[in-house]
Amino acid sequence: MKELRLMKGNEAMAEAMIRAGYDGYFGYPITPQSEVMEYLQAERPMERTGMVVLQAESEVASINMLYGGAGSGKNVVTSSSSPGISLMQEGLSYIAGAELPCLVINVQRGGPGLGDIQPAQADYFQAVKGGGHGDYKLIVIAPASVQESSDFVKLALELSNKYRNPVMILTDGAIGQMMEKVELFPQQPRWTIEEIREKKPWATFGKPADGERRIITSLDLLPEKLEAHNTHLQEKYRTIEKNEVRYEEIMCEDAEYIFVAYGLASRICQKTIQLLREKGIKVGIIRPITLYPFPKDILKSYASKVNGFFVVEMNAGQMVEDVQLAVECKEKVSFYGRTGGVLPTPEEVMEAFEKSFK
Amino acid sequence: MYTELIKPENLVYTKTKVMTDKELSYCPGCGHGTAHRIIMEVIEEMGIQGETIGVAPVGCSVLAYEFMNIDVQQAAHGRAPALATAIKRLWPEKYVFTYQGDGDLAAIGTAETIHACNRGENIVIVFINNGIYGMTGGQMAPTTLPNMKSSTSPYGRDETEMGHPLKMTELVANLPGVYYVTRQAVHKPSHVRKAKKAIRKAFENTAKKTGVSFVEIVSNCNSGWKMRPTDANQWMEDNMFPYYPLGDIKVDGLFVNK
Ligand SMILES: Cc1ncc(C[n+]2csc(CCOP(=O)(O)OP(=O)(O)O)c2C)c(N)n1
Ligand code: SF4
Ligand SMILES: [Mg+2]
Repeated sequence: MKELRLMKGNEAMAEAMIRAGYDGYFGYPITPQSEVMEYLQAERPMERTGMVVLQAESEVASINMLYGGAGSGKNVVTSSSSPGISLMQEGLSYIAGAELPCLVINVQRGGPGLGDIQPAQADYFQAVKGGGHGDYKLIVIAPASVQESSDFVKLALELSNKYRNPVMILTDGAIGQMMEKVELFPQQPRWTIEEIREKKPWATFGKPADGERRIITSLDLLPEKLEAHNTHLQEKYRTIEKNEVRYEEIMCEDAEYIFVAYGLASRICQKTIQLLREKGIKVGIIRPITLYPFPKDILKSYASKVNGFFVVEMNAGQMVEDVQLAVECKEKVSFYGRTGGVLPTPEEVMEAFEKSFK
Repeated sequence: MYTELIKPENLVYTKTKVMTDKELSYCPGCGHGTAHRIIMEVIEEMGIQGETIGVAPVGCSVLAYEFMNIDVQQAAHGRAPALATAIKRLWPEKYVFTYQGDGDLAAIGTAETIHACNRGENIVIVFINNGIYGMTGGQMAPTTLPNMKSSTSPYGRDETEMGHPLKMTELVANLPGVYYVTRQAVHKPSHVRKAKKAIRKAFENTAKKTGVSFVEIVSNCNSGWKMRPTDANQWMEDNMFPYYPLGDIKVDGLFVNK
C-alpha cells in the first residue's frame, strides 16, 4: 500500500533519513532548514531504527562528526544552509580526500554573508566545483519537488557508498519549506555490523584480530604518492561522470529553444514554457538533476538542433558557465537570474527570454 | 656472556605489540613517543586492541597512526573531539580516544574540546601540553608561559598584548560532563608510571559511561624551545610545572581537595 503524506521538503528529507537507514544525523540549526533536526528529534529515531541524532555546537563540529562517523563505517548525514555549508568546506575537503561516503544537504538561502533567509541558488559554484581546498568533487543532486527531496536522500546513501564519495543534495529554502504530496518509500534496515565489515573493510571500528589496522587520513607527505592519490580520485570522478548523469527533458522533442534550469528555477520555467507555447513558440526544458556530474552530452546534442539556450537561475549566473562549456559556443546561450532570495516570476522570465531571442 | 642473560626468565621489559615497528618521527628526547607507548601499553594490558579507535590531531603527532597499531582516524586541526563524539555515539561499546597537542586542543579546537566535554562524551582525551606549536616550528601557543620566547613572541610572551596562558585542564574540570581530570608528565620513569596509571584509569572510566576522562601530559619540545633535551626537561620542571602543577584535579566526578 502506498504511503502518501503532505509534507514540507525539510520534513520529507528528515523522514527519508530514518527510512533510508542512516545511522547518524549531526547538525546545527539554521533557517530555512531547522525543521530537519526538529522533525528528527520529535520522531525519536533511536527508538524507531537506532539512528543517532545529535545537535552539534557548530557546523564545523557537525561536518567533523560526519568525518568521524563515516570513517568508522556508518552512514551519516548533516543538513544546513549556505553560511553553515561555508563553514563545512574544510571538513568536506578532508572527507573527499579520505574518500568517505556521507550526505550533506544544503538548503540554500540568499547570500553573500549572512544574506537573508529566502530561497536562492547562489552556492552552485561552491557545490559543483569542489568548494574547499584541493582537487575534489562532490556528487551534487538537485531535487525540484518534495518527492525528489525524499527520494534523493535514499539515492545519496547508495551513490555515496558506491563511489566512497560525499554526496550533496543542493536544494533551496522554497523546496525545503513548501508542502507537497509525497509518497514515502518503505523502511530500509540499517546496515548490520556484518554488512559494514563486508562492504567497508577500510572503516575504523576496531582492528580485526586477523587483519591489519585501518587508517583514515587525507595526509600523504610524499608528493608522488599524493599525486597518485589525486590521479585515482580523478579517475573515480571520470567514472562518476560516465555513469551517474541524471536529467529530465521536458517538451524538448520539437523545441526550438531550450531552457536550462534546476531545482525551483525549473519549476518556474515550466510555467514560462507553457506561456510561450500558448504564443506558438516551441520551447522545452532540460533540467539537470545531477549538477555534478553535469549533463553535458545531452546539452551538446541539442546545440545543433535548436536556435538557442536560455539559462535561468536564482543567482547572478553560475550554471550558465557550465552550459556554455557544454555547448562549446556552438549556439547562443543567454541568461536570466534574480538574486538575494528574489524569485523570478514566470512572466518576467518570459519577457527576458523574448528580449534575448527576438 | 650476554647470551647467558637473554633468557625468557630474565626479560623485564618488551615493546608492546600495540606499537608498530615504525621508527618514531619525533625529535630525540621528545615526550610524544613515551606518551604514545604508555597508551598502547594500556590498550594491550586491557586487551582492547580490537575495540579501540584512536583519533590523531594535526601537530607533531599527526602521524600517530604510523606508530599506533590500532584503527586510527587522522582529524583536521582541532576537530578530534568531534570525530571521537560521532565514533563513540555510533559504536557505544568501543573505546575511543583523542590524542591532541595544545595548539590543536586549546586554540583552534577549543570549541570542540569544551563541547565534547560538556556533553559528557564517553571518551578519553589525552592532551600533550608542550607550551608551543612544535610542528610548525615553535610559534606561540595558548599555553605558552608568560615571557616565554617563541618564534612569534621573539621578545617573550607579553601577557598584556598576547593574552595569558590558558589552563584548559582546570577549565574543563568545571564541567559536569567531565568525570576524571589529571595532569601528568612523562620525562622520568616515576612520572611515566604514574601517567600510565592515569591513562589506564581513564580508559576504564569510559566503559562506565560516566563522561569524559581528560589526561593532560605536560611535555617538552626541545626543538621548539631551542634547548638540549636534558635542559628542556629541567626547564620544564622549573617553569612549566609551577604554572601547570601535576596531579589529579577531579576523580570519579569529584574535585580533589589539595
Ligand atoms: C586549519 C589549519 N591551520 C593551521 C595549520 C598548521 N598547523 C599544523 S600543526 C599546528 C600547531 C600544532 O601545535 P600543537 O597542537 O601544540 O602540537 P605539537 O606539534 O606542539 O605537538 C599548526 C598551527 C593546519 N594544519 N591546519
Ligand atoms: S618539534 Fe617538539 S613536539 Fe615536535 S617532535 Fe620535536 S620536540 Fe617533539
Ligand atoms: Mg604543542
